Amino acid sequence: MPGQIYALTGNQIVARAAIDVGCRFYAGYPISPSSEIAAEMAKALPKVGGAFIQMEDEIASMAAIIGASLTGKKSMTATSGPGFSLKQENLGFACMTEVPCVVVNVMRNGPSTGMPTFPGQGDLMQAKWGTHGDHPIIVLAPAYHREIYDETIRAFNLSEKYRQPVVLLSDETLAQMSGRLEIPDKSELIVINRETPKVGPKEYKPFDQSQGLVPPLASFFEGYRFHVTGLTHDDTGFPTENTTIAEQLLSRMRRKLTENLDDILKWEDYLVDDADILIVSLGSASRSALQAINEARESDGIKVGMFRPITLWPFPEEALKKAARNAKRIIVVEMNEGQMALEVERILHRTIETVLRYNGQMISPDEILNRIKSYESCEAAKV
Amino acid sequence: MSKLAEVDYNQYLRVHKLPTTWCAGCGDGAIMKSLIRALDELQLPRDETAIISGIGCSGRFSGYLDYNTLHVTHGRPLAFATGMKMAHPKGKIIVVSGDGDSLAIGGNHFIHACRRNIDLTLIIINNYTYGLTGGQVSPSTPLDSSSPTAPYGSIEPTFDTCKVAMAAGASFVSRTVVASPLHMDKMIKAGLSHSGFSVVEVMSNCHINWGRKNEYAAAADLIKHLKDRSTFSAEESEADGKHLLGILRQDAEMKEYATTYYQMVEAVQAKMAEKKGA
Ligand SMILES: Cc1ncc(C[n+]2csc(CCOP(=O)(O)OP(=O)(O)O)c2C)c(N)n1
Repeated sequence: MPGQIYALTGNQIVARAAIDVGCRFYAGYPISPSSEIAAEMAKALPKVGGAFIQMEDEIASMAAIIGASLTGKKSMTATSGPGFSLKQENLGFACMTEVPCVVVNVMRNGPSTGMPTFPGQGDLMQAKWGTHGDHPIIVLAPAYHREIYDETIRAFNLSEKYRQPVVLLSDETLAQMSGRLEIPDKSELIVINRETPKVGPKEYKPFDQSQGLVPPLASFFEGYRFHVTGLTHDDTGFPTENTTIAEQLLSRMRRKLTENLDDILKWEDYLVDDADILIVSLGSASRSALQAINEARESDGIKVGMFRPITLWPFPEEALKKAARNAKRIIVVEMNEGQMALEVERILHRTIETVLRYNGQMISPDEILNRIKSYESCEAAKV
Repeated sequence: MSKLAEVDYNQYLRVHKLPTTWCAGCGDGAIMKSLIRALDELQLPRDETAIISGIGCSGRFSGYLDYNTLHVTHGRPLAFATGMKMAHPKGKIIVVSGDGDSLAIGGNHFIHACRRNIDLTLIIINNYTYGLTGGQVSPSTPLDSSSPTAPYGSIEPTFDTCKVAMAAGASFVSRTVVASPLHMDKMIKAGLSHSGFSVVEVMSNCHINWGRKNEYAAAADLIKHLKDRSTFSAEESEADGKHLLGILRQDAEMKEYATTYYQMVEAVQAKMAEKKGA
């Protein structure tokens, strides 16, 4: 059954999907171009009995969603570059304590205050490595309005399933642009809730390795009375300085993701089978790339295709290798100084070209088309 | 003379996590026992109570008490607690924090928790210093103190925690001192019984990292000094800067944040139902 059709901005869609998937707590701090997500949540949450709070800063917002999630409520915060930087310490706390939550980063052009109302994709590496220490993280990067809806749903689902903070990377263009969205019928929604313990409080261990890679998580105030700390901890949740346990903990947290890649990774192959040239792009930049590809094929008969990660981290390595197998040229298109290009180069071990922009302007299809057509200059354009 | 309540402390402790990491004679132990006596007397339902602490020696509180416990990042326990309270308004949440944790790095969260008057109890253990990291200057280190980060004497003006709390809007504000366990029990109990944001500042001894550098190397000497530096007289406190003890504000009428929020939720939902019915 088709759902209702709406014209919504990317930011509105994030909020809509969050409510649909069961998010019942939001804490945030205003920042362009993410603020409408907070406004939508402030309006919607009371209607479903949930809580909204505007905190005193982004550090507090991140802390608040972790505190709320520990009571069993699905929780979210949204921000942009400067606020994303402030959230990092507590984001790491959520990784370490394995508390599900969703952090939306509507990227704008940086660094620092940068260009608050202009698009950028400069936070790809920060989304992966922004907090200190080795840690697992899932980062999703939608490119279309319907995909923003689906990926927001998936962000919550992955977060609940893997006891893992998930970052949703949007950007200024996606967030502010209105688009047509057919919201799926409620009956079609897949909603995953965190696994809760099957044992009683006496036997419960919140980080029990024997329960598999993702130990069930009890909620506070339900009789379990367990301890949660950002210190390195053992199965019971209490601090330990045992180096063997420390290694086991970090390994298990990493393996939560690396052993479930089939479930976590998502990407789009667009006309890659016969492609001589493979474009690798993501988010709103990939929409310009798509137009360039279609033009190149239609007007010039150049066989171009695109690989587009939707799960950005962990990066869909094998899928990229497969898509690039027959391509003679690889062109990475992104709105930064070449962050994803580094990853693509690492995975493919070959020379790649780039079309980059980091001045607050979108990359135009023409720029990409020019690069596609400029066979001669490709040697000079190595990263 | 009245006596301390007799309590089976072990019943409230995670005894297998003892001994604590605290130095012998540290005020943290005495304060934890006082908190246990208050919890015992009030009989707060264990499963409906959470204890959240930040980072520092005082941060270790949460690990030892058999409640729902959360040990968070430095300075942020009030922010975690605010989220938890809003998500689960029935819960009783106690925050334990050092003077560095709540007045320096967490100062912003402190004033905003006061402003919201959200129903949390904050026990600030003011030991004049950053205990865990070796006695650096905190916002409450007495002027002229010697410290690794003030080797020629501290020039940092200090906060009066309770005045800050009152100015920022907390509805319950009190101060006590580790030298007077009975008074400490009374203040903590009163703070826990209050609904609204309650602040209990406990003047405590870090004889190791503040005392040794400032002529109070023995726990007993520093505890006596803290007692001498405290007063129940507002005039005396004004006159020579002694720590004013007692309940400095108690206002049960002030609007509590979580209650106000959920009243708004009810009103919004009532309006929705009305619209549907019409
Ligand atoms: C973000 C951050 N900065 C600094 C530290 C290091 N640190 C640990 S405890 C502490 C100070 C603790 O002092 P206080 O809050 O007064 O508590 P006490 O140890 O005296 O109980 C500091 C600065 C940290 N853990 N995290």
